[in-house]
Amino acid sequence: MDLPLILIQALNAVQYGLLLFLVASGLTLIFGVMGVINLAHGSFYMMGAYLAFSLAPLTGNLLATIVVGLLLSVLIGALLEWALFAHLYRRNHLQQVLLTYGLILIFESLRSRFIGDDVHSVSVPAWLDFSIPLGDVMTYPAYRLFMSAVCLLVAAGLYLLIQRTRLGSQIRAGAANREMVQVLGINIDWVYRLVFALGVALAAFAGMINAPVTAVAPGMGMSMLIVSFVVVIVGGIGSVWGALVASQLIAFADTFGKVFVPDYAGMAIYIVMAIVLLWRPEGLFKS
Amino acid sequence: MRSLTTSRGRLAAIAAGLLLLLMFPQFEQDFYTELVTRTMILAIFAISLDLLLGYTGLISFGHAAWFGIGGYVLALLGTQYQVTNSLWLTLPAAIAVTALASFVVGLFVLRTRGMFFIMVTLAFAQIFYYLFHDVKSLGGSSDGLNLRGKPSTAINGWTPFDLTETATLYYFVLALMVAVLVFMAALLRSPLGRALQGIRENEHRMAAIGFPVLRYKLAAFTLAGSIAGLAGYLYAVLGGGVNPELLSWHQSADVLLMVILGGMGQLLGGVVGAFSFVLLQELTSTFTKDWHLWLGIVIVLLVLFLPDGMISIAARVKALVRRSRA
Repeated sequence: MDLPLILIQALNAVQYGLLLFLVASGLTLIFGVMGVINLAHGSFYMMGAYLAFSLAPLTGNLLATIVVGLLLSVLIGALLEWALFAHLYRRNHLQQVLLTYGLILIFESLRSRFIGDDVHSVSVPAWLDFSIPLGDVMTYPAYRLFMSAVCLLVAAGLYLLIQRTRLGSQIRAGAANREMVQVLGINIDWVYRLVFALGVALAAFAGMINAPVTAVAPGMGMSMLIVSFVVVIVGGIGSVWGALVASQLIAFADTFGKVFVPDYAGMAIYIVMAIVLLWRPEGLFKS
Repeated sequence: MRSLTTSRGRLAAIAAGLLLLLMFPQFEQDFYTELVTRTMILAIFAISLDLLLGYTGLISFGHAAWFGIGGYVLALLGTQYQVTNSLWLTLPAAIAVTALASFVVGLFVLRTRGMFFIMVTLAFAQIFYYLFHDVKSLGGSSDGLNLRGKPSTAINGWTPFDLTETATLYYFVLALMVAVLVFMAALLRSPLGRALQGIRENEHRMAAIGFPVLRYKLAAFTLAGSIAGLAGYLYAVLGGGVNPELLSWHQSADVLLMVILGGMGQLLGGVVGAFSFVLLQELTSTFTKDWHLWLGIVIVLLVLFLPDGMISIAARVKALVRRSRA
């Protein structure tokens, strides 16, 4: 394989990894801070993609779609936390699995009833619909580079939020000791609600921004959830930094697996996971 | 564990249920005979998961992998490679392969616990899903493989029974379900069964008094996998084919629901759960095609308002009665 082709695949892997990170970081935060295993997290990614598809004709441009979509997802996230997830924090894992599985069934049925089971696509915004030449014959779509850049900005923003702000220190404290945070006079319920809404917004954002390069289709949420689980297993539960490293590792395994062993490509990421499990059963970055 | 013989009413109910199951094919309604056959197969599947969920305290979200492998062993031996279609060879092979596969996977997944275990079992089941979806030499396609008829039961030209007959297959599955129940009852009274229940209650204490906890868990994981493989084999025989959906996470979730519906850690829980699940599914489908929507809503409401399951309704009613008497 020649160099430009490897470069293109590497760029694809980085972009896919950053997208995975957006979904997995929310998942791992909800695990780490609230101790909830959320099977419905993939549904939020799907919701984002379908929001992009439904809002695109109304708003006319990607930026407006994303702004409206983000507002809606934060609202939906906060509402779901208040109505359902807030009751799960003190329950056992089995009850968390059951309730969030029930949510998947509800979300998928609603999607099927109101939007249908067809595969849809969302067009790339006109101002990004061009390709950048790579080498003599190859080109790379500008939109994918744009996606990588935006995802990197979001990741940086997430880092600053958690490490450098008052809210971030409350989140970290809430993960360590819920009672102590309450004793200090902080409203932990609102911290949890914000973290949950943030996780939903990150997943929905990933779905919206990825909609122009992927098919908007039934089942996309579940496949994303399973890959995000693998990222969290490899990175370690509750570790955002672990999620960043693991998402790149998984994305590279997946992308280059498809190039070198196409027949077994679906399994590449699980082999990485199995190796990590043998070496470090609690993930690379145990938090 | 409550012994079955302590309650005479319970024993009578079991005898009545068994009698009903024995008589059922005599009504000669092939559609319903096959439906009950399918339900009994799902019951075996649910019983196997309960060994992990209810008795060992392991929440496996990938149990469908073993179910699917059991079926695929038959399809690969009988159809794809045409090695043999004999029941006496393919059934032991199916159980042996699922035992081996669940043993190897157990070595990985049992290193984790809690939330991790749930995710890791789901991820490992996904590996097998992709194996049977993508790898041509394993019948890889989304359509799966069709069987060449039912497995043959002939021994040196003598055919003791014929699985192509709906009623015969029914009784064959019923006999195996009863055998699995008897096996489970014996297992749970054995030192191994007691140790597993000890691990469910307090893993660290069991380790502290010298039990090799990991080895016991691995034994449970392998046994549960093998019994699920048996169920998957029967499911393939009944359906006449296999496809990767047998190993899908939906299948893993459905069997989890069956165990919870019937009551975790109850010997007959898997049977009650499978029958209630199929009954609910059939009843719901008569008035709506959106079974999943209703199932989802019911699950969410149950977890929110009845976290201890249906059994807690009885307990609450009892408490109310007691209070009104006082």
